[in-house]
Amino acid sequence: MNISIVQARPDFAAIAAWIPQGASVLDLGCGDGALLDYLKNTRQVRGYGVEIDDQNILRCIERGVNVIQGNLDEGLSGFENNAFDFVILSQTLQATRHTEALMKEILRVGHEGIVSFPNFGFWKNRMQVLLGNMPVSRELPYQWYDTPNVHLCTLDDFENLCAHQNLHILGRHVISAGKDIQVMPNLRGSVAVYRFKRAD
Amino acid sequence: MSNSVGIVTAQRATFDTPLQFKSGAVLPRYDLVYETYGTLNADRSNAILICHALSGHHHVAGTYADDPKNVGWWDNMIGPGKPIDTDKFFVIGLNNLGGCHGSTGPSSIDPATGKPYGSSFPIVTVDDWVQAQARLADRLGITQFAALIGGSLGGMQAMQWSLTYPERVRHVLAIATAPNLTTENIAFNDVARNAILTDPDFHGGDFYQHGVVPTRGLRLARMLGHITYLSDDAMAGKFGRGLRSGEYKFGYDIEFEVESYLRYQGDKFAAYFDANTYLLMTKALDYFDPARHTEHNLAHAFAPIKANYLVVSFSSDWRFSPDRSREIVKALLHNHRNVSYAEIQSRHGHDSFLMQDEQYFAVMRNYLNNVAKEAA
Repeated sequence: MNISIVQARPDFAAIAAWIPQGASVLDLGCGDGALLDYLKNTRQVRGYGVEIDDQNILRCIERGVNVIQGNLDEGLSGFENNAFDFVILSQTLQATRHTEALMKEILRVGHEGIVSFPNFGFWKNRMQVLLGNMPVSRELPYQWYDTPNVHLCTLDDFENLCAHQNLHILGRHVISAGKDIQVMPNLRGSVAVYRFKRAD
Repeated sequence: MSNSVGIVTAQRATFDTPLQFKSGAVLPRYDLVYETYGTLNADRSNAILICHALSGHHHVAGTYADDPKNVGWWDNMIGPGKPIDTDKFFVIGLNNLGGCHGSTGPSSIDPATGKPYGSSFPIVTVDDWVQAQARLADRLGITQFAALIGGSLGGMQAMQWSLTYPERVRHVLAIATAPNLTTENIAFNDVARNAILTDPDFHGGDFYQHGVVPTRGLRLARMLGHITYLSDDAMAGKFGRGLRSGEYKFGYDIEFEVESYLRYQGDKFAAYFDANTYLLMTKALDYFDPARHTEHNLAHAFAPIKANYLVVSFSSDWRFSPDRSREIVKALLHNHRNVSYAEIQSRHGHDSFLMQDEQYFAVMRNYLNNVAKEAA
């Protein structure tokens, strides 16, 4: 079962690789709780998810994952400073409205942040734009008129934001079709996973 | 109906060991009435205690053989195949001390005097209730509950259990509740109490001997309470500005539909509920404040808790608002407890916790399914 989850979500394995045994984890926009379930089983984490959607809340509770219903765009005031070893934002960054504020909140609440997002700079996306349409793909499955994604970015864009916010990038995985991409990642990677902390 | 617990019978447990109240008062002996549904399993690990709110009691589910229309107050939630599944759990409902449904309370006869306790009945707190409930649990041979479940004032008791007896509670389901009452809530309670206390028929709480009941005070208290348990939205949806006769009568009789409804609710309540019990219940609400002894730091107050929590709130509940539930969640997170929190979109105000709602019931069902697996 874990294998199939990792196949469906290649960023899960990359995220898990950074999480030590028994760490405390807050997963923002945790969806149906699959990542937390995976981390609980493989890393014995003490984990909590934040999720807004009613159906996802039910799935999390069903699988015994701690979940707190809330809206990320209202901030993380329900969480104390440095409450978690890791705060994860998996495939959710692009759908947040106050992205910059949320990045700050991630490192207020967690010692380290882990963020994964679809790379808008992926060559297939660029091709579609070049041919005159907004990209639609496995990572970006929405039409422009029904997408929840309001803050799409490329790897370069994200790294610029980190520099702007004085964040120190500790690690990066760039993935395409389940494979690690080393060469020209901003062009060849479809999904990126970053690990970062405050530079101070 | 196949998913009802069916015909139930109230039981009575008598306790001869004196109970010392928080106030210092002592009750030498007392009775608790209760009902049970489902079967206690061999290792006694599947028991759930339902704690009732202000006007609740032990008749939580099912009906009585001699009174088939008297359906338990949480019958929609409890039964075979329902979220609190009596095929899996042994469910206990009781009437709290100070109540007026059979457990020892102000309207009971004080054996020392041969008269109703009335004004001499001690002020009860949530702590006192938990002490009494624990003695009932001992009597039933339950050393650890699978879950404590309660809404509103009932949620406060469930929380208190996990503080007083951390080893005896595996899960707490705290619904539409708060870590203490807001100032505004205490103020509402005081108005309700004043309505009763100033009723000439109250006689300082000893109205029983005078053969009267402070009906006016009690119905005013209930009308006020009822307004606050609903939402503006719900009342507008139900009654709007509807007039019973369709036109203004330029008088003080019942004209608006909402007036008719409130007066009916007030009369109905005043006909069966005890005024002293109402006073006691509101006082228990006001006094509950586990952070009172930790410099108002709830996280520190919650340090003894070992139970896992499910916290549920309702969007339109302005007496026990979602913000108050989030305070509970935050304090549990501080103590590294397992906790899930669901905020149900509902327009029925505080009363939402008693109503059927698809998402609410699914949250309860999914959570309790996992509790049942542990107990099995």
